[in-house]
Amino acid sequence: MDAFAYTRADQPERAVRLAADPRARYIAGGTDLLNLMKDGVQRHDHLIDISALPLADVRESGGRIRLGALSRMSDVAVHQAVRRRLPVLSQALLAGASPQVRNMASLGGNLLQRTRCWYFRDPTMPCNRREPGSGCPALDGLNRWHAIVGGSDHCIAVHPSDLAVALTALDATVRTLSAEGPREIPMAGFYLPPGDTPHLETALRQGELITGIDVPVTELAAGSTYLKVRDRATFEFAVVSVAALVRLRGEEVREARLAFGGIAPRPWRSEAAEQALIGRPLNAATIEAAGAALVRDARPRAHNAFKVPLVQRALSDILGQFGRNR
Amino acid sequence: MSEEDPTRRTVIKVGAAVAAVATAAPALPDVAEAKAAVTDTARISLKVNGVTHRQELEARVTLLDALRERIGLTGTKKGCDRGECGACTVLVDGRRIKSCLTLAVMQQGREITTVEGLARGDALHPVQAAFIRNDGFQCGFCTPGQLMSAVACVHEGHTGSDDEIREWMSGNLCRCGCYPNIVASVRQAAKEMS
Ligand SMILES: Cc1cc2nc3c(=O)[nH]c(=O)nc-3n(C[C@H](O)[C@H](O)[C@H](O)COP(=O)(O)OP(=O)(O)OC[C@H]3O[C@@H](n4cnc5c(N)ncnc54)[C@H](O)[C@@H]3O)c2cc1C
Ligand code: SF4
Ligand code: FES
Ligand code: FES
Repeated sequence: MDAFAYTRADQPERAVRLAADPRARYIAGGTDLLNLMKDGVQRHDHLIDISALPLADVRESGGRIRLGALSRMSDVAVHQAVRRRLPVLSQALLAGASPQVRNMASLGGNLLQRTRCWYFRDPTMPCNRREPGSGCPALDGLNRWHAIVGGSDHCIAVHPSDLAVALTALDATVRTLSAEGPREIPMAGFYLPPGDTPHLETALRQGELITGIDVPVTELAAGSTYLKVRDRATFEFAVVSVAALVRLRGEEVREARLAFGGIAPRPWRSEAAEQALIGRPLNAATIEAAGAALVRDARPRAHNAFKVPLVQRALSDILGQFGRNR
Repeated sequence: MSEEDPTRRTVIKVGAAVAAVATAAPALPDVAEAKAAVTDTARISLKVNGVTHRQELEARVTLLDALRERIGLTGTKKGCDRGECGACTVLVDGRRIKSCLTLAVMQQGREITTVEGLARGDALHPVQAAFIRNDGFQCGFCTPGQLMSAVACVHEGHTGSDDEIREWMSGNLCRCGCYPNIVASVRQAAKEMS
């Protein structure tokens, strides 16, 4: 790791002022940033430690649960209101990383963790996301982990965050602070599609600080769940994952919101799959139709075609749970 | 110019004071100079196993390297240095973390516990005793991390079943494959500590 200067910020405004310099970068838990810096994927001259900012609380107010950006994955996962009202969020957090990492990692940092694409993480390889214009070796290379939907001819990396998948299904909003003041960014617009600029990953501007995440508390959210399929039982990133919010009346699906991990460069909400469910009885035929709608535009590569049936089975499995719990 | 002016790059120097870093550094016109300032003069103090250690070190030194290379507490092991193996697990204010993924300078003012801090004189910690009784290790390289994780796992109350122990010990890999005996060790320690 190259040397850098270090500052601990005690107030968000001060952190934002310091981060106006493009050579500076925030460090929260450090669990992704330090790996990237050790590997030489990123270099920063100045780290601004935001871990002590007073933004680590979880509160319920005005029909929302408000999560501080510096709250830790482990604390949010076991918070009573989160467990009860947003089970998918608690489950997605507990399915991520390890107990030790969850004690360190912040929600803001989790949203901004970078892809685990092995070419991206290896600075000796070309990669459009790391070095714009250098090429994408994953397209014709080892792409077992990579995207089957939403990719481009410039990048097919998948976003690794479980949290982001849950928050996408929950229709959460990211709160930020920058030199221009505070603003709110809906999850649906937070991550940018790769297109021909995969190095531009989020809607955040230089030095913009995530201060919190607001999640609406709804009846739909109370009946939500997360399923993560991994190469080993635990402590591994998702091969595919599903966050499902479903409200039934009798057999009939009244409302549904579905987001998927491991299949796209950003958390993947499938309105097509949702529409295939809403207003219909939750039976095998509807579930199959929802799965088919989900992968209609899938574009698998040489080594990841298995994800097409796998994600449909994951969807079928999680929807089956709703049927059984009715 | 106010202290808040970012062009003055106020806080580059890591102060000896526990809380912060905002020592009155001279105006630092550019980052190169700022770097020099921090690499030369960072003074930090770390409280490990109840003892305060004052160290001069660069901001880029991880807690793991500070413990091993500077303070000389080599019980904490470096396996992957990437957060993947758990050999470097320590407790910070009672919570388990991976010391390879945090900077020493970020852990000032906290109570750090390493494997050297578990025993009371010659009396082993119940978790240590349980690992010996259950043959919870072979080569021993992962063991300090397993022990620290196990102490936290028991305190967290994640020992209700073998499956629960396996899930909550999953951040610690063992290349010798001692998992069944590690689970047995944690199970027994939990019983004795309840
Ligand atoms: C071994 C291992 C396994 C893992 N497995 C999983 C997994 O299964 N699922 C999963 O979802 N994640 C997993 N992770 C990723 C982990 O969840 C992230 O590393 C962590 O959440 C990042 O949070 P942090 O606070 O440590 O961020 P940092 O590493 O401190 O920061 C990450 C990035 O976010 C920026 N940043 C941080 N906070 C803010 C903020 N408030 N405003 C603006 N910018 C900010 C930083 O500048 C940096 O660029 C794993 C990580 C490891 C090491
Ligand atoms: S898939 Fe994206 S991140 Fe991976 S090598 Fe290609 S451009 Fe880089
Ligand atoms: S050395 Fe820290 S987790 Fe492997
Ligand atoms: S005892 Fe050898 S690695 Fe665990």
